[in-house]
Amino acid sequence: MSASDDVLLEMRDVHIEGFSDEQWHPIIKGVDLVLKRGQIMGLIGESGAGKSTLGLAAMGFARAGCRFTQGSVTFDGTNLLSLKDSQKRKLWGTRIAYVAQSAAAAFNPAHRLIDQTIESANRAQVRPESESRQDAVDLFQSLNLPDAGNIGSRYPHQVSGGQLQRVMTAMAISARPDLIIFDEPTTALDVTTQVEVLAAMRDMVEKHNTAAIYITHDLAVVAQMADVIKVLRYGEEVEEAETRTMLNSPKQAYTRSLWSVRSLEKPQEKGDDIVLSMQGIHAGYGKVRVLHGIDINLPRGKTVAVVGESGSGKSTAARVITGLLPPSEGAVHFNGHPLPAALKDRSTEQLRQIQMIYQMADTAMNPRQTVEEIIGRPLEFYHQLTGREKEARIAQLLEMIELDETFLDRLPSELSGGQKQRICIARALAANPDVIICDEVTSALDQIVQEGILKLLLRLQKEFNISYLFITHDIATVKAISDEIVVMYNGKVVEQGLKNDILQPPHPEYTELLLSSVPEMDPDWLTQLLASRT
Amino acid sequence: MTDSNQTPSGYSASAEVGAVRKRRSKAERWWLALKKAPLSAWFGMIVIGGYLIVALFAPLIAPYGEAQIFPTPYAPWDDTHRFGTDQIGRDIYTRLIYGARNTMGIALVTTFLSFLIGGSLGLVAAINRSWLDQLLSRTTDVFMAIPGLIFALMLLSIFKPSVLSLIFIIAVLDSTRVFRLTRSVAINVAVMDYVEAAKLRGEKLAWVMRREILPNIMPPLVAEFGLRFSFVFLTIAALSFLGVGIQPPTADWGSMVRENASLIQFAQYDLKAGLTPLLPAAAIGLLTVAVNFVVDWFLHKSSGLRDEH
Amino acid sequence: MHPVLITIIKRLGLGLVTLFVVSAIIFSSVTMLPGDFGEAVLGQAATEETVAAFREELGLDKPAWQRYFSWAGSVLKGDLGTSFSGRSASGVDRSRSVAEMIAPRLKNTLFLAGVTAIIAVPLAILLGLSAALYRNTLYDRTVNVTTLTTISMPEFFVAYVLILLLSSLYKVFPSLATVDPDMLLGERLNRIALPAITLTLVIVAHMMRMTRAAIINLLASPYIEMARLKGASRSEIILKHALPNAWAPIATVVAFNLAYLVVGVVVVEVVFVYPGIGQLMVDSVSSRDIPVVQACALIFAGTYILLNLIADVIGIATNPRLLHPR
Repeated sequence: MSASDDVLLEMRDVHIEGFSDEQWHPIIKGVDLVLKRGQIMGLIGESGAGKSTLGLAAMGFARAGCRFTQGSVTFDGTNLLSLKDSQKRKLWGTRIAYVAQSAAAAFNPAHRLIDQTIESANRAQVRPESESRQDAVDLFQSLNLPDAGNIGSRYPHQVSGGQLQRVMTAMAISARPDLIIFDEPTTALDVTTQVEVLAAMRDMVEKHNTAAIYITHDLAVVAQMADVIKVLRYGEEVEEAETRTMLNSPKQAYTRSLWSVRSLEKPQEKGDDIVLSMQGIHAGYGKVRVLHGIDINLPRGKTVAVVGESGSGKSTAARVITGLLPPSEGAVHFNGHPLPAALKDRSTEQLRQIQMIYQMADTAMNPRQTVEEIIGRPLEFYHQLTGREKEARIAQLLEMIELDETFLDRLPSELSGGQKQRICIARALAANPDVIICDEVTSALDQIVQEGILKLLLRLQKEFNISYLFITHDIATVKAISDEIVVMYNGKVVEQGLKNDILQPPHPEYTELLLSSVPEMDPDWLTQLLASRT
Repeated sequence: MTDSNQTPSGYSASAEVGAVRKRRSKAERWWLALKKAPLSAWFGMIVIGGYLIVALFAPLIAPYGEAQIFPTPYAPWDDTHRFGTDQIGRDIYTRLIYGARNTMGIALVTTFLSFLIGGSLGLVAAINRSWLDQLLSRTTDVFMAIPGLIFALMLLSIFKPSVLSLIFIIAVLDSTRVFRLTRSVAINVAVMDYVEAAKLRGEKLAWVMRREILPNIMPPLVAEFGLRFSFVFLTIAALSFLGVGIQPPTADWGSMVRENASLIQFAQYDLKAGLTPLLPAAAIGLLTVAVNFVVDWFLHKSSGLRDEH
Repeated sequence: MHPVLITIIKRLGLGLVTLFVVSAIIFSSVTMLPGDFGEAVLGQAATEETVAAFREELGLDKPAWQRYFSWAGSVLKGDLGTSFSGRSASGVDRSRSVAEMIAPRLKNTLFLAGVTAIIAVPLAILLGLSAALYRNTLYDRTVNVTTLTTISMPEFFVAYVLILLLSSLYKVFPSLATVDPDMLLGERLNRIALPAITLTLVIVAHMMRMTRAAIINLLASPYIEMARLKGASRSEIILKHALPNAWAPIATVVAFNLAYLVVGVVVVEVVFVYPGIGQLMVDSVSSRDIPVVQACALIFAGTYILLNLIADVIGIATNPRLLHPR
């Protein structure tokens, strides 16, 4: 493709290195990117693919500890990499704008929202300040922000995360730039909020015919936003295609694997033998009541998925089961007998029967212990295994999680994300538990790794008849692993039932909102959803 | 990119690559870090090494006895007395060498004691987080509301200055800072999931403290040890200089500065004589500089933070 | 009431409580004195009657809490008690009131500390800001090594080097900082030049390093990166985006170092024989003149608490979250 008049941004053979572990490592290894005026490109890839770095590179910007080593970034005819900082600053905010992932952190706590919104436009004197202020109010209005006339006079900590993200979109558009870089703008939001923010952002760029680069790891989200999609992996381009083409017939196996988890679906099985049940649980922290009388039943050898948004009380429920948070009312029954409410009153045997796997495998393992120590400790502690016996059992456990003995003397920092989570699974298995509580165990992992972990969990369930209480906010994961579903909202159980019964309409109002807000791999999904909601 | 045989089914967990750090043994990592150490850190390490040798082998290196008195007070620098003699005729070079042993030794013992008190209480407070934590924290707040040197001066006016009371007073006062640091870093570790996992497993408090928390708070504590040592060292030197610290005839750098201070007025007639009181002061300064250089590098390295360029 | 006011009042209350507890600790030090204390002060030849009279004057026969409240009551009225010195075995009492001994010296110390603060605070903040702005440049590294060296040096080393250079070898300033109340300001400043320079060097190094660290910490915030990507220039980032959020950390740094100044002043006063409260305290420690030591300790601690209180109040009053509650 040669540079023609309608090309806005052209990146050629861009190489970027980052400094870590006392050395420079390549992050971007020669990527080309061409963006036309008014076009929206989705940049997708897993963590470490270099998509954020590439997004910032489109502005001619490299983060601290990163540097350009080769290539060119031509914006509207000028190579940004040859410009001085002062010259680049003239473009930033006015002709190229940036929308950051965490709006709460990206707004200056000391200034009013409207002053921050019009800052760039003012600096470049796009128009008189009074007009910019009026324009900002109009933008807030069209972004469906409540009380648009006055919300600008508030401070960042006074409005919600979803609202802040919309204000940031207004901030980006204020100077009417030619290009906006969206860097995972909805990742930190709940699904129901995400829909509104997505719709607002798409509206904005379409209305002002702004070109955009939309960075995300979620293919379904990018499908709603982008005209073309570019897939990155390890700092290199995997493929690029028009959105529909990419969704319908991706060329590369890697691209296909990106949404493989969505195709995984466990056939549901009904279970009558209840191994664990929460009965009328009320609990909270201090005066704040979080759980208002919930009942959850977990059948033996089955998976119950607990879904809900942040603040719904699903993690608190897990804390009650483990005994970390004794309930104020109600009790947890195990095999028909009530469990002591507090952790310290439970016997070692009772502790052994319920194990837990955490969301962040990074923080769930002591960084100073080797794999052998991590897996070996429960064997010593619960089963008094030592010496040869212990070694043999560790080897067996490693085999179960599809790793081998070369991992024995590794520290957690020497493992990849998926391997870490597997070690955590092995640690839980080492206790021979009846129940494993899985707290968002796959949500910090890349798609392809998620699939591997879910398959492993399913296989182990079949082999050892373990029951899972699977806490998650991701509906695709729910479909992949669960037999039953519990929907939670504001500390109450909205409904519990077999997977297919819950997923089939008709739904209670909240379940309907939650399920319909989950983006689907269909470019028309958002448009149709918005049409159906009005 | 025609890597078509890489299908999801061909995925293998052990072959998975991510942000995996290169495997290096502990010694290799240290060697790598040492090679990259800045000049200032090397300077610091060499100086500390030198001081340690002098302190350990003081009787072998020193030409005379620690309290040996010669007939001429304030003798000039010459072959028999390299740095002259002091106000009552003791060899200054000899006392400088013994001073390394006494001053460093006392500071080291004090710092250890301070870490023993502050560190263990800090750990307990971090895990306990109940009334005991409150009590200890509020007590430290009050103690820290009185400047350390002033508090030490006040206590020394009540308990007669002696090496033992000096060590004990400084250690207790300084342990408040160790307590604060230990408590705050231990709290950061105590909220980690792996500590919760150990509790859920049913581990005893002592095990959690020793195996899960302590190894993870060592780097900041090691750095703090260096800083606290410098601080204690300077405080003791200041007290001795003020005449209420280490008492004669023990050779000590702080008191040596005080005893020979008047020589400075003779600098215009004999520069060497004028420099004499600066020698022990410089000895104190050089060691603290060296320790600070090493700590600065260690902190920079272990924090892993890089400033923007 | 506005949450800022509530928080400030709470903080003031906490400051008062701290002061109360600290004064109690300082007071209780007397009760830890050994039993033969009367003889130590009055001399071996003291008769039983004089010792008994002395003990009665100290009120050692009354319970400790009663003595504390009568002591605290007099302190609040400005009566800091009577010095132990000037007493003799025969019972002749030529001792002076502590307040009378301290007042002129406190003025001198405040003068020295004040002059130092006026030079050191702006200088340190400017240096700290510039080092943070040009971090990892040669300038920054030079400043880093220089200040690290300076803070590692004992105050008396810096002081004697200055005396050697600026007084002994080149007679620029006097090495003895003797001042009297009738002296003119110019002469006074000349006399305290060396102690002031010594203190400035030490304080600036500390304060500059802490300012640099505080600013760099702030510049790592995502909203600063956002400001850069919105096209803000270096000066705009510092003045408009960083500074409004930097008052609290800077106030803390300044307060911490002024408090440090309070301590540094003790050693420096002794080196330069400056008639300040620090030297008085050291002399009184040597002669075990407890009432004077207590009074000095109380003044030092009070200053220290007050400075930290001011820093916290500034931090509270500039916190946008408290200024603009939800």
